[in-house]
Amino acid sequence: MQEDDSEGKNVTAAADLTRDRQKRERETWTKVLASLAETRDKRLFAELFGHFGPRIKAYIIRLGLPAASAEEVTQEAMLSVWRKAHMFNASKASASTWIYTLARNLCIDRMRKEKAVEYELPEDEVDPSPRHDGEHAILEQRMKTALGTLPEAQAQVLFLSYYEGKSHSEIAEQLGIPLGSVKSRLRLAFDKLKTHWEAQ
Amino acid sequence: MMKIRHHFDDATLIAYSSGSLPQGMAVLVGSHLHWCEECRERASQADRIGGELLEAIEPVAMEPDALASIMAMLDEPEPKLRSLSTERLDSARTGLPLPLASMLGKPLDQLEWRRIGYGVQQYDLKLEGPGATRLLRIAPGVSVPHHTHRGNELTLILRGSYSDELGRFCVGDVADVDTEVKHQPIVDTDEECICLIATDAPLKFTGLMGRLAQPFIGL
Ligand SMILES: [Zn+2]
Repeated sequence: MQEDDSEGKNVTAAADLTRDRQKRERETWTKVLASLAETRDKRLFAELFGHFGPRIKAYIIRLGLPAASAEEVTQEAMLSVWRKAHMFNASKASASTWIYTLARNLCIDRMRKEKAVEYELPEDEVDPSPRHDGEHAILEQRMKTALGTLPEAQAQVLFLSYYEGKSHSEIAEQLGIPLGSVKSRLRLAFDKLKTHWEAQ
Repeated sequence: MMKIRHHFDDATLIAYSSGSLPQGMAVLVGSHLHWCEECRERASQADRIGGELLEAIEPVAMEPDALASIMAMLDEPEPKLRSLSTERLDSARTGLPLPLASMLGKPLDQLEWRRIGYGVQQYDLKLEGPGATRLLRIAPGVSVPHHTHRGNELTLILRGSYSDELGRFCVGDVADVDTEVKHQPIVDTDEECICLIATDAPLKFTGLMGRLAQPFIGL
């Protein structure tokens, strides 16, 4: 942990350092995936699995699948990383973005199949948000570091979209704001991130 | 070459990228992306948000034997589902964008259209989940009844064109509208217009506000 009593400046500097480290890591994993595509070296795949497997699993659990299904979908996703590695283009996307899209698509397919069951549940069991309350603050911080410095309200709508798979209407209802405000927050957040990425 | 003038809202591309669209809307977005490089570029930026969040997430440990069991699967032959090249063929044969072509499995003219009014035919894709997804086939000069929306409505033009309060929409164009928009499209050439329309869940109103509001919006 960082010292709790550091001044605002130090906190910002620490966040910058974390961001730099994350950027370097991202580039490293992109290189690993690109060379897996060329060499088909299973040791490289095992490295990618060690890094991305537990992250994909965490992401899928957040979207609402039970841990056992999340484990299976993660295996499927990593297997398609292996099988589709030749289609990865490092000039177009980073490894984490490319793997994210594979995992997302497989997760959507699986959720569609399991959806019928979910509709049967009473409403208070469907809503997954209460169980995230404890870790919420930490996640928010990690996410902010990852996404640059977005205002709280904008980070929140991205969080609900990507980490909880909520639709615009569901977000509007949960936050008690109009649908139009959800959309404009998303647009603003997206613009800020694009500017932030261009500056990097 | 198709000249596309109407595109998706960034908010819609974010919903697509975050996996939070109902199936029909996702097929519609994927279909436009198949044709539109501009939206494809923006969608990949939105995917990057997902990538960054995947890096930042608190990992959850895999089962102890996970690595061993996946390493054992690497040499297994890939199961052959429908190959991508078959789907490409469908897409080329029907002139439809790939996600829609593989979902319909046949050309537009061979679908079982159902007449729902003067000059208007419908084909319901009957997808699971909230909202509705259908194809509308509208005769020249006919206009679709005036309507407003609950939630979001996406339209992708597949044949012909129409005009409404928002402008003129031709093949490849999308209309991306929500509750605030009232419109009345009219087919504006002597060619019929076929479009794919997908909506999401009707807005749910809960609590006192909802009970007060519902009688006025005719739920
Ligand atoms: Zn477009």
